[in-house]
This record gives sequence, C-alpha cells and structure tokens, in this order.
Amino acid sequence: MITVKDLCLWYGNTQALHHINMDIPEKAITALIGPSGCGKSTFLKTLNRMNDLIPGIRITGEVCYNEKNIFSPDVDVNMLRKEIGMVFQKPNPFPMSIYDNIAYGPRTHGITSRVKLDDIVERSLRDAAIWDEVKDRLRKNALGLSGGQQQRLCIARALAVSPDVLLMDEPTSALDPISTSKIEELAISLKEKYTIIIVTHNMQQAVRISDKVAFFLLGEMIEYNDAETIFSMPSDKRTEDYITGRFG
Amino acid sequence: MKNKKQVFETVIHGIFLILGLITVGSVLLITVYLIISGIPAIREIGLVHFLFGKTWASTAATPSFGILPFILTSVYGTAGAILLGVPIGFLTAVYLAKLAPPKMKKIVSAAVSLLAGIPSVVYGLVGMLVLIPGIRALFHIPDGASLLAAIIVLAIMILPSIINVSITALEAVPKEYEDASLALGATPIETYFRVSVPAAKSGIAAAVVLGVGRAIGEAMAVMMVAGNASNMPSLFQSVRFLTTAVASEMSYSSGLQQQALFSIALVLFLFIMLINAILNFFLKRSKEE
Repeated sequence: MITVKDLCLWYGNTQALHHINMDIPEKAITALIGPSGCGKSTFLKTLNRMNDLIPGIRITGEVCYNEKNIFSPDVDVNMLRKEIGMVFQKPNPFPMSIYDNIAYGPRTHGITSRVKLDDIVERSLRDAAIWDEVKDRLRKNALGLSGGQQQRLCIARALAVSPDVLLMDEPTSALDPISTSKIEELAISLKEKYTIIIVTHNMQQAVRISDKVAFFLLGEMIEYNDAETIFSMPSDKRTEDYITGRFG
Repeated sequence: MKNKKQVFETVIHGIFLILGLITVGSVLLITVYLIISGIPAIREIGLVHFLFGKTWASTAATPSFGILPFILTSVYGTAGAILLGVPIGFLTAVYLAKLAPPKMKKIVSAAVSLLAGIPSVVYGLVGMLVLIPGIRALFHIPDGASLLAAIIVLAIMILPSIINVSITALEAVPKEYEDASLALGATPIETYFRVSVPAAKSGIAAAVVLGVGRAIGEAMAVMMVAGNASNMPSLFQSVRFLTTAVASEMSYSSGLQQQALFSIALVLFLFIMLINAILNFFLKRSKEE
C-alpha cells in the first residue's frame, strides 16, 4: 500500500533520516518505535507531507502511495492529506463546537448538505467510539471535553474525510491509562477499515496493538518485521537492547 | 542596620505608589472636571436641545447650541474610517502574520511602525495638499474639504493600531490548530480564514474597537481636511467633528458658548469611555481564550 524507497531527509545540514526502505501493509497496524530523536515522528510526518511546512527541509528518495510517488510535482498535497489522515500527539480540537470540528474536513472538501454532514458527523463519532458520550452536546465547544475524549474527537475528525490511512503520532502520550486503553481498542477496531501507522514510545502499546513493527535508531531503520518476531526474536542486537529496556 | 533597610524599602514603596497614583489622579481629575464644567451648559440649554438640536450657531445674535451635527459627523466619520480601514488593516495583518515571506514581512512591518509614528498634523497637511484637490477634481465639487476626505485620512491613521493588534492575536493562535486543519487537506488560505481567524476573533474585535477609539478621538488631522463647517454630515460636504468643534472655538469663546464646548467634550468623553469598556471586554475575552 505504501512503499518507501531509499528515503533520506535533512533539516538544513543535519540528516535526520538515512535510506529508509519499507513496505507498509494495508489494513494493519504498523508501529514505529525507538528512542526520542530517532526520526520516527519525522518519518511519519513525511508520509502525508506535513514536513513540507518546515523551512530548510530536503527530502530524497520515494514514498509510493497507491503506486504513485507522493513527492512527484503533479500530486495534490491537499488530496494526499485527505487520503492520509493524521492524529497528533497532543489532542488539538479546534476551538469550535464538537459538530463543527467533525464537519470541518467534509466542508473543506465541498460538502454543504446539512443531511450529509449530519450523517458524516454521526458516523465518524460512532467509528471513533465517542458518539454516546457527546451525542447530546454536539453544539458545545469541543474544548470542554476531557483529554481522552478530545483525542477520540480528533480521531473522529480525521475519519470524517474518509481517509485510507491514519497516521498517529504518539496519540496516547498525553493521556491517562484508561483513555489510553480506549484509544488502543479503537485503533484495533479501526484497522478493519483503515491502514494505521502509529508512532509510540510505549513498548507495551506496540506489543498490544501492532501487526508490524519498525525499530528506528538515530535516523536509521534498524529492523522491520512482524510484531511477534520483533518482540520474541529480534535479529539485531540493538533492537533487542531497546525492547528489553537496556536503553531508550 | 536592618531597620534602616526596612525604612528605605518603605520609602521606595511609597514613591512608587505616589507615581502610580499620578495616572489614577489625572483620570479622576479630568473626569470630575469635565462633569462639573460640562453640566451647566446642558442644564441651561436643555439635554434634548443640546444633543438633538440640528443647529450650532454659537456666535449668532440668538445663539443656538445643537450638537447633533457633530455627534453624527463623528459617528459617520468613524464608521466610514472603520469600513474602509478594517478590511485593509485586517487583511494586511493576515498577510503579515501568516503569508508574507520574512523579507517582505520586515519591510511592511517597518512601514506600519512608521505610519504609527507620523504626527497627525502631517496627515492633515498631506490630506490638504493631496486629498482635497484630488476629491475636488474627481467628483467635480467646489471644495474637496469634506467628510469623505476626513474618512480617508482617518482610515489610514487607524491602520497601524488595527494591524498590530490583529497580528498579535493571529500569532497567538496555537500552531496545533493550523496543523490539524492542514492535515485534513485544507489549503493554507482555507486554514487561515477558517481556523486561525475565528480562533483570534476576540483579539481582532479588540483591534477594531481600538481603531474606533483612535478615529473618534482624532482632532488635528480631521480639522485640516473636513472643512470645519457645522453642517449635518454628508459625504461631500464640509463637516465638523466633536473634537474639532471644541478645538476650533475654544480660543475665542466665553460664557455659555465656552460652557457648551465643555459639554461637547463631556459627550466625547462618554463615547470614549464606552469604547474603552467594549475594548476591555474583548481584550479580556481574548485572554481567556
């Protein structure tokens, strides 16, 4: 589904990613793990070109999404981001009503019919397992929700533009354990319909939810394999050291 | 030794307190003075006659003190300046805060600061020499000194306040909001107008109110370009504002005429107070957000 070929990335003169190659499977959860500053978040943000916004950035290599290089000049970056949605580390709902938060994306892409929007809002909130909690307060400001609810709202907002892929950048790092487990359950239920790539600091989380795991260190992808294999018999010594908690 | 230090501290505290009270005292003094000196004329003329009288003939044989022309001129002039200045100022702020390349931002910001520093008499002078002849030629009217000229000058004069306060509000919008919008496939322009601007709306409202305050209080520049005749306001006619009504007659006034000028100042003062209250409301709300 997503094929990364020889991807390198520089911030100014500092190389942050070194020759990354990987095939990310469809309708599965791929976890990116590694210590802080290893490039996993940078890599994630390359996949929907959110890195474009950083001044002084330079990228070589290819990321093919549906057989098309996302860096080729004829790619509409807004359409790309519609298809490859993103959930951020810190819950970031807009300072608007819950309804308007979800309807923002569809409205941006030209949907104005009230009936259609109502339908999208309900479906997205249901898919993000938060409908029952907010259905009576759709007109209330989203900032009044708890952190965990805000993050599920952000997931619903991302789902509302019907993406194929969902990028999650440490989506639970700002949340309490109960909210975290709700997001994890949600991620597992979402992989039936979506391809999920998640950056996580939390090894246990990677164990619990992922199908594939990529271990990053100092901008290189050290090892990439099925989750079971990585966690039971990693082939690289550095992977083993990291997952057994010897550093990181 | 310790005691001496404490005394010193107390004295310094006292000095700061007195310095702080100078401001408060000035405001109080002006308020009380304006009320005391503004009331007698209103009493004598009658509040309704004063506020809603359409004729100002302070030096006529049978003088008439109606300030409705001044009130309406100030209101229309300010409204016109806002109508003209806010779109320009607001869009400039969006450009500078979000879109402009760094070099361009530097140049435009420098120009805005410079505009803020130009004395109002210079605005008036340029208005007299450029704007008035321009309006006269463009609209074929005998005299270009008019409400329109004043509106244009005021619109330019309030630009720096509007731009600077709006920029501060727009730059305070958390980047996370914009990232979320871009990640949903919105373009940068859509993001700025549908996320950043709504998120900064209280600050932008404060900018507009600040502009209103500046425009309604301006005297020198409008005196030079508005013609200064006490007509009911009309775009192409010579008009007189509340501020210029006071300024233009004070030097030779006496008796009831002088008292009436104080009453005009009181009316202006009340307008400014109201605007300040509105401004504080928006600033407070923008801080809470």
